[in-house]
Amino acid sequence: MSLRSPLGRVLGLGSAKDGTAHWWAQRVSAVALIPLTLWFVLSLLMLPALDYATVRTWLSYPMSGFLAVLLVGVLGYHSLLGTAEVIEDYVHGAGMKLLCSLLLKFLYVLVCGAGIFAVLRVALGPEGS
Amino acid sequence: MRPRPLSPHLSIYRWQIGNSLSILHRLTGIALAWGLIALCYWLASLAGGERSYAAAAKLFHSPVGVLFLIGWTFAFWYHFLNGVRHLFWDLGYGFERTQRHASGWFAVVGSIAVTFGVWCWIWAGHPS
Repeated sequence: MSLRSPLGRVLGLGSAKDGTAHWWAQRVSAVALIPLTLWFVLSLLMLPALDYATVRTWLSYPMSGFLAVLLVGVLGYHSLLGTAEVIEDYVHGAGMKLLCSLLLKFLYVLVCGAGIFAVLRVALGPEGS
Repeated sequence: MRPRPLSPHLSIYRWQIGNSLSILHRLTGIALAWGLIALCYWLASLAGGERSYAAAAKLFHSPVGVLFLIGWTFAFWYHFLNGVRHLFWDLGYGFERTQRHASGWFAVVGSIAVTFGVWCWIWAGHPS
């Protein structure tokens, strides 16, 4: 049995090495979003029209569907990292902060899950389903 | 436990280009988070069939809808350009005062210009 105090045991060991995890995740997802968002915006602007048939045909190409799924996923991840930081900064009180952070995470999974599911339905599902 | 130290709050800064653009970066980020909901709604309406897509299109074509879309266009391009500016800083470039100001103005003027360009392109009939 060690007689060292809990503080004594961790002193001098340095950090847990994950202090920069949030920062890194934000930057890496930002870099991934440069080509993904440019692809999305330029693709939409290059379409001859934005009516139902045209957009649906475009999104049912395998490459469009694949990139759109990546876009919604990475966008949701990057956005959650950012808005979670806003809540950490501006929502006061530990309980309220935790509640808001949890609600935010559920909201993101719900919204982005629906977005990804929608793309998959267009890409894989029967026409006009 | 002692209360943890906090970074200085918004009200403490003098308004200048550096902190203004930083605050605008966060504001546009929050706006784009709402835009993500709109994007997913639009995708869901597309998956739902012709009628739900028509309902979404009607919403986005309304005056308020167009105003929101223009706002999101600007928010996207500003957050994009200023985000690239941040990535350059992360690599260790562009910290000089003149560089910071030049890149900051580039992000502001650039995003307004591209937003204008995108909407000219749309109103000129591509895509109709």
